Amino acid sequence: MPKVKAKRTLTKQSRIKKVLTGIQGLDEITEGGLPQGRPTLVCGSAGCGKTLLSMEFLVNGARDYDEPGVFIAFEEKEEELAENMESLGFNLKELEKKKKLAIDYILIERGEVEETGEYDLGGLFIRIEYAVRQVGARRIVIDSIETLFSGLQNENILRAELRRLFRWLKDKGLTAMITAEPGQGTLTRHGIEEYVADCVILLDHRVTEQTSTRRMRIIKYRGSVHGANEYPFIISEEGISVLPLTSIGRAYKVSRQHISTGVPRLDAMMDGKGYFRGSSILVTGTAGTGKSSIAMHMADATCRRGENCLYLASDASPDQIVRDAKSIGINLAKWARQGLLRFQSTRPTFSGMEAHLVYIHKTVNEFDPKVLVFDPISSMASTSSTLEVHSMLLRLIDFLKSRGITNLCTNLTTGGKFLEQPEVDISSVMDTWLLLRDVEYSGERTRMLSILKSRGMDHSNQMREFLITSKGVDLIDAYLGSGLVLTGAARTVQEMKEREEALLRAQETKRLEREIERNRKSTEAKINALRIELESREEEVKTLIQHQITNEKILTNDREIMGGMRKADSR
Amino acid sequence: MSLTKNENYVLELYVTGMTARSTRAILNITKLLNEHLPGRYELEVIDLFQQPSLEKSEQIIVTPTLIKKLPLPIRKFVGDMSDAEQIIVGLDLKPKAPE
Repeated sequence: MPKVKAKRTLTKQSRIKKVLTGIQGLDEITEGGLPQGRPTLVCGSAGCGKTLLSMEFLVNGARDYDEPGVFIAFEEKEEELAENMESLGFNLKELEKKKKLAIDYILIERGEVEETGEYDLGGLFIRIEYAVRQVGARRIVIDSIETLFSGLQNENILRAELRRLFRWLKDKGLTAMITAEPGQGTLTRHGIEEYVADCVILLDHRVTEQTSTRRMRIIKYRGSVHGANEYPFIISEEGISVLPLTSIGRAYKVSRQHISTGVPRLDAMMDGKGYFRGSSILVTGTAGTGKSSIAMHMADATCRRGENCLYLASDASPDQIVRDAKSIGINLAKWARQGLLRFQSTRPTFSGMEAHLVYIHKTVNEFDPKVLVFDPISSMASTSSTLEVHSMLLRLIDFLKSRGITNLCTNLTTGGKFLEQPEVDISSVMDTWLLLRDVEYSGERTRMLSILKSRGMDHSNQMREFLITSKGVDLIDAYLGSGLVLTGAARTVQEMKEREEALLRAQETKRLEREIERNRKSTEAKINALRIELESREEEVKTLIQHQITNEKILTNDREIMGGMRKADSR
Repeated sequence: MSLTKNENYVLELYVTGMTARSTRAILNITKLLNEHLPGRYELEVIDLFQQPSLEKSEQIIVTPTLIKKLPLPIRKFVGDMSDAEQIIVGLDLKPKAPE
């Protein structure tokens, strides 16, 4: 008999309630925060930011969401915690004074206690309850509960008591964060994930090629969708920032306004008006092709309009950029003095890429530039794997685009690769792509510029010779005759040759014209002679005909005379 | 009973409410103390439910907890005090074996 399965109704009863952590990025990847009234397990090895994450969760709750919190510390004393958090801008003492936060340090003495018979964690319960009641807590952090295992020997009792504790927390409707260190092949050393299983967040701190990155992953989240990736996060002066790649939607408005490139001829190549505002521009080329010059022009043009420009220079110091710009007739020092131009020249290797990104975010938020110049982005490639660089740049570009900030990135291409393949391949997200290249011809290097793409505008497809002069960048038409593209001196030579040839051609034409004239004349002379000959022949023939007629007449006359003489009867 | 002969014992027993376990612990310890230290001890039973703020200074998280405050050194015992032998040794109540 076939079993008839009861149709399961897929209607969700009520979506799980969540509380915002207020931690930048974490609320995005958890799609709204942690499960309300449930414990969340935060695991990770020593020094990966568990305490900070949980404290920030409490502080934000107390400060911004009117949810007081309790911090049960097994590892750090109240004063230590307060001091540590002070350096991150959290004033715990003040929150404690306002009865918004309670910190309770619980000392676990190791091995100084004799166990005689059964016991429970009644003291702990009372203490937690007391703290909760004191501030009317909605949130609680227990950091880290597994310390209990080192102080007490009877694991069975402990496990039963922990189960009771978590149930109790749930009954109280407290949103809890429980921290734990990972064990051998398990999430936590003593397997407490068994009891706290509504939401598990794994923190990780690893060092690749001398650069450290912290990562966060939501391992599970019962009853909710969540981002499943590993998200990098950083700890800065403002606490934790998680950087979800997808946190910024792509549904931003785009501008139809153009802004000048700073190079008139380049503007002319792009619909006559320049880049789109808020678009991303990629300038690629091998070393020394003039990428930075284009970037400097861009910065100059921005400041000329009275707009702020942020110049991220990872390869050169601000002073050097100012000097280099001066050599091509751009006075960046003036703009820097007026505060329109700001340089930021740190290498991402210095702080790690994620920190670098956050630093950029922060500067952008504070300085509010209209244009960001990133010269060069290839320096990022030296820090981490291509994939990471790629995702970081995507995030940066998304971020800038969503803010309507025009960004120009230069990217070095190295020899041996296709010129169209930059070191950091982000061309697909870029709106405009300028390609600079070196052309070697007859013992000379010249630069060429072409627009590989420029979305949403009618741009020139022609290559231009790219000149870096003391008055800035100039573009001139490359020689495009006789199926050749020539630049530099070769172009000049070719042009001279052209002129010479043209002269020669003109002379040749004259010569041919003269020849034709001569031909015509001689032919006409010949025609004349022939005509004269013909005329004389005609004369002759006419005379002959006359002669014959006369002769005929004479003959006829003679015959008549003869007939008359012979008495001919023919008539 | 040599060294500890003239000293008074000050003991505190922390419990949480009058549960079966608490009662058992109280009974066990008073019985033991009456046997070994008749008239030479002060035992204070503290119910944490009544004085939650007190625990902070004493760091009591496990109940029942027995603290021997005097004579020094301070000793701590947790559990329902059912293992009399262990407590006797821990409180140093038993003279060393004569051998």
